[in-house]
Amino acid sequence: MFSLCDKPLADDIISQIAKAKVHLRFMHVCGTHQDTLVKHGLDVLLQQCGVEIGQGPGCPVCVTTPKEIEEILLLAKHGKMITTFGDMTRVPGVSSSLSEMKTEGCDVRTVYSIEDALILAEKHKEKEVVFMAVGFETTAPTTASVLLRDPPLNFSVLCCHRLIPPALQAILQMGELKIDGFIEPGHVSTIIGIKPYEFISNTYQVPQVIAGFEPLDLLMAVWMLVRQIKQGNAVVENEYVRAVKPQGNRKAQHVMQQVFEPVDVKWRGFPLIPQSGLRLRKKFESYDARKKYEDKLVLVAEEEFAEPIGCLCGEVLRGLISSKQCPLFGRECTPDNPVGPCMVSSEGNCHIQYRFAKK
Amino acid sequence: VCLAIPGKIIALDKKKQNATVDYGSGTKRKANVSLVRVKLGNYVLVHAGFAIQVLDEKEALETLALFREMLSLQEAER
Repeated sequence: MFSLCDKPLADDIISQIAKAKVHLRFMHVCGTHQDTLVKHGLDVLLQQCGVEIGQGPGCPVCVTTPKEIEEILLLAKHGKMITTFGDMTRVPGVSSSLSEMKTEGCDVRTVYSIEDALILAEKHKEKEVVFMAVGFETTAPTTASVLLRDPPLNFSVLCCHRLIPPALQAILQMGELKIDGFIEPGHVSTIIGIKPYEFISNTYQVPQVIAGFEPLDLLMAVWMLVRQIKQGNAVVENEYVRAVKPQGNRKAQHVMQQVFEPVDVKWRGFPLIPQSGLRLRKKFESYDARKKYEDKLVLVAEEEFAEPIGCLCGEVLRGLISSKQCPLFGRECTPDNPVGPCMVSSEGNCHIQYRFAKK
Repeated sequence: VCLAIPGKIIALDKKKQNATVDYGSGTKRKANVSLVRVKLGNYVLVHAGFAIQVLDEKEALETLALFREMLSLQEAER
């Protein structure tokens, strides 16, 4: 469709980055960016030019907390029909995973879209259907759009949506890692636009570039970050102009505002991040699985659940270690037998590393 | 989860707010278009069954030229 391939141009970009003679560490927060970087060997190539790029907490399945997993497992155990995206079903909880519970007779369905979950609810009026809604700003509007359509009352949502900008701020505030620039996720940005990132550059003097997902997009984003640093700038630039409008998608923002309100939530590997999650507004309470099944979920409401033993997904998600530095990587923890979510999800750092560059 | 695939709208039912999107190589699928303002023939990014943004065809075609221009400006400044 729109081919974005040009070898001489890629060579030019890389040679200009190399000529800049920098030693920088950038972070991105998107599994698809990580996929492109590792699949095409750009991570190694850029490292040779003095630019380290690591993935932060940019995998919705990975940052879903052990407690949220226990909530959905409990609802499955109570006979609800559980619907969610594929990767989510394989994330291990304390005692089980959704896919294991399915083999034990629980009703767990993988869907491609929340609309498929809605169709199941309409078709199976005798069942209580719960959609486990994970995903960042890209996905949240799809959940909102369905809830605005008055779905049947046997349908509800376990809302686990999260917001990217508060997580970026949390990473900088925690200060465990020096980050010289952020590569921002293109598809989250198609929804939110440029403005929600600006406070980060203003407050922390960190440059940011919104990037697309082709190899050239990412190389160019790195080039733009390097240019900002060389010129002493710290602003939000947009490399992905063909898809990201400065104001984002206003229609999607509007449906999100109608349905959700921000709330303080934990992320796997992180403490509570203020205003980084979304919950359903009171008006949509009858579709809120946490309200609807409060009596069942009370069992896990006050409990804290530990990470799997030996699992370093938290450190991977904070960008502190690479997947390969985890002692479980490729040994006890593999895509066929994952210990933590970063090895489960095709957007998880460990899964991507295992798939393209095991050694 | 944030994966989005570009495709072209080849049929549009505005009432039902759905469209048939052609992703090339014979792959066609329905997508919900309630989150975007679209016309027949538009290119859209589709995520989890929903079109989330209209792709700017002109910007897309000019992307490489824009990159080249940025690079040569930088080179000239050295």
